Amino acid sequence: MRIELPPSVWLGTIETFLKRLDPSDLEKLEIETGDSWVTVHPMILAMIAALASGIDRKNIDLKNFKTISKDSFERMNLFKFLGTKTVDSKTDSEPAGKYIPITQIRDSDGLSNFIKDMVPLLHLDQDKSELISYVMSELGRNVLEHAKTPAGAFFAAEYSKDQNTIRIGIADCGIGLRASLQQSHHVNDDIDAIRLALTPGITGATSREGGTEQNAGAGLFFIKSISSANKNFMVIYSGDSLYKLLKRKDPALMLHANPFDDNHTKESGLPYWQGTVVGIDITLDSSIEFTAVMELIRAAYADAIRERKRLRKYKQPKFI
Amino acid sequence: MKEIKLIEYFDPFAENKERARKLRVEVLMPTLEKGEEIILDFDGIVGVTQSFIHALISDLFRKFGAGVLDRVSFKNCNDKVKSVIATVSDYMQAAEW
Repeated sequence: MRIELPPSVWLGTIETFLKRLDPSDLEKLEIETGDSWVTVHPMILAMIAALASGIDRKNIDLKNFKTISKDSFERMNLFKFLGTKTVDSKTDSEPAGKYIPITQIRDSDGLSNFIKDMVPLLHLDQDKSELISYVMSELGRNVLEHAKTPAGAFFAAEYSKDQNTIRIGIADCGIGLRASLQQSHHVNDDIDAIRLALTPGITGATSREGGTEQNAGAGLFFIKSISSANKNFMVIYSGDSLYKLLKRKDPALMLHANPFDDNHTKESGLPYWQGTVVGIDITLDSSIEFTAVMELIRAAYADAIRERKRLRKYKQPKFI
Repeated sequence: MKEIKLIEYFDPFAENKERARKLRVEVLMPTLEKGEEIILDFDGIVGVTQSFIHALISDLFRKFGAGVLDRVSFKNCNDKVKSVIATVSDYMQAAEW
């Protein structure tokens, strides 16, 4: 995989970055930057770390890595995951409490410990801290339960003071949404897989309504709903497709079971990502209460299940 | 009547589904199968995820139907925890009928 890091990559402009990925040689990882300051969404760092985990370190090459952003990459543990320890970066000049460095999560207790130990580093009030914990838990457990990769999940997060926003990225190089959902559902293509993954009550673990005793097929729908309520960006990239939840324009909050009914863009035919990547921006200015969102989720979720059951075709008796 | 203090099993932000499953399989199910009632005490639990509550109680609906809500009570829940429990309870009943 060849990755070009432009001066900045954010969720709003993520397509441009993704289109320039070159997955023609997956045995190698080449990362190239320019000489200017590079600031990227933590989702990009999580992607790079996930890719690097499956590549022999002698095949990892940093081209023209003279960027003055080297210190920030160092702080985010990027070089640790690339196995290319730097010797010329300065000491950390940023104040503490602004970021969660790239972290690899391989199991359930590891995720719990990560949430317990790392989220407090963001120095948020309790409500916001719980919201971030909620999002990280649901995203992380999706990877651990469905991605089927021993490397697990790669997380990174940072706080943007300018926008008073927490940016979160999580990436894996597992089986991807399409292969996961195909175990229990008919899936046309990668964008259809993303649609199903965001639909409440749909899980790769079963075709049964209500899910299994461990999986409801609701985690991503809840996170999309929280994002929509707070007018945040959220992107999902899996296989050759990208779904981007745009900031809600309608002042009245309505939750949609079908993600294509939300304000969004979608694109297929992108360079193939073996696995799944999620990026999300959570603004801390929002005044919408968690319980109010949950009430809307409660209604939308139960309605979606009832509607699918109404449309279900029952097996008919055979009269001879 | 068996009262279970969840803070003895989980972090204050309760999200570990594996531990929820263990409590469900080893304590909740056997207790209900014996015909006893349960109080789940959320004192000290500040938040929960939907996945956690699903792993804790959804199978109780499958095994015992919606009537399980007459046998399991939820104590000391804050509003956020209540809203998640109500959501899981609703969609499990919607799936049932």
